[in-house]
Amino acid sequence: MNKRSPLKILALCSTLITGALLLYGTKDFPAWGDPNSPASAHLSPHIIENAAKTTNAPNLVTAVLGDYRGYDTMFETVVIFCAGIAVTAILRRPRS
Amino acid sequence: MKRLQEHFEVHDPNLNLIIQTSIRILVPFVQLFGLYVIVHGHYSPGGGFQGGVILGASFILMGVGYDLKKSMELFPEAWNIAMANLGTTIFVGTGLVCAAAGGLFLDYGALSNWIGIEPAAWRSLGIFAVEAGVGFTVTSVMLSLFWDLSSRGELDGGL
Repeated sequence: MNKRSPLKILALCSTLITGALLLYGTKDFPAWGDPNSPASAHLSPHIIENAAKTTNAPNLVTAVLGDYRGYDTMFETVVIFCAGIAVTAILRRPRS
Repeated sequence: MKRLQEHFEVHDPNLNLIIQTSIRILVPFVQLFGLYVIVHGHYSPGGGFQGGVILGASFILMGVGYDLKKSMELFPEAWNIAMANLGTTIFVGTGLVCAAAGGLFLDYGALSNWIGIEPAAWRSLGIFAVEAGVGFTVTSVMLSLFWDLSSRGELDGGL
């Protein structure tokens, strides 16, 4: 059968170590839904109080996605666009 | 004779009639609902991504029920590519226009420097423009992914 190359074993080891470090890091996260976490204590009250007034959008999710985090949404769109372009460039060979 | 039998096993005419008729009835409502989800994103769950997927699914439904040619008649390939580009351009262009009006990138409120309605109204309009751009891109990319993946990129028969 196929021999395991040392590079693959190295890759496996580095993946496992990185994963273990990331899992270890999640121990320091605030508990899920913790009212005293920084996000719940500072960001959420600000958005809940001001978003509807400053954006005229009663749906806070839309206000956050479209305005407060517009940059994030922009690159989500660009990612989808790039995926479409890549599939088109690789696969499309019309038989016309 | 055998080929005819095979043909009718694959393309059962009665089955096709039922499917195609129900899809023809269904598609306008699906498209209307997709537009509603995009436009009503300010007030209810929804927005560009979800509405775009629903709109794209309506064209995919035409492609499944009939064939790829039918869905490419409704939404030509060139328009599809143009719309995907247009959507992304609307999004980035909105941000650039805001920057040109003296604010930050994607800071829609800054447009009140040019046309003096209050910043909150501009932010609402800006969110809508951005969601519309997302909807355009997602609709056409969904459909183009379906075309390419279902016909191995040859765009002839489809499923």
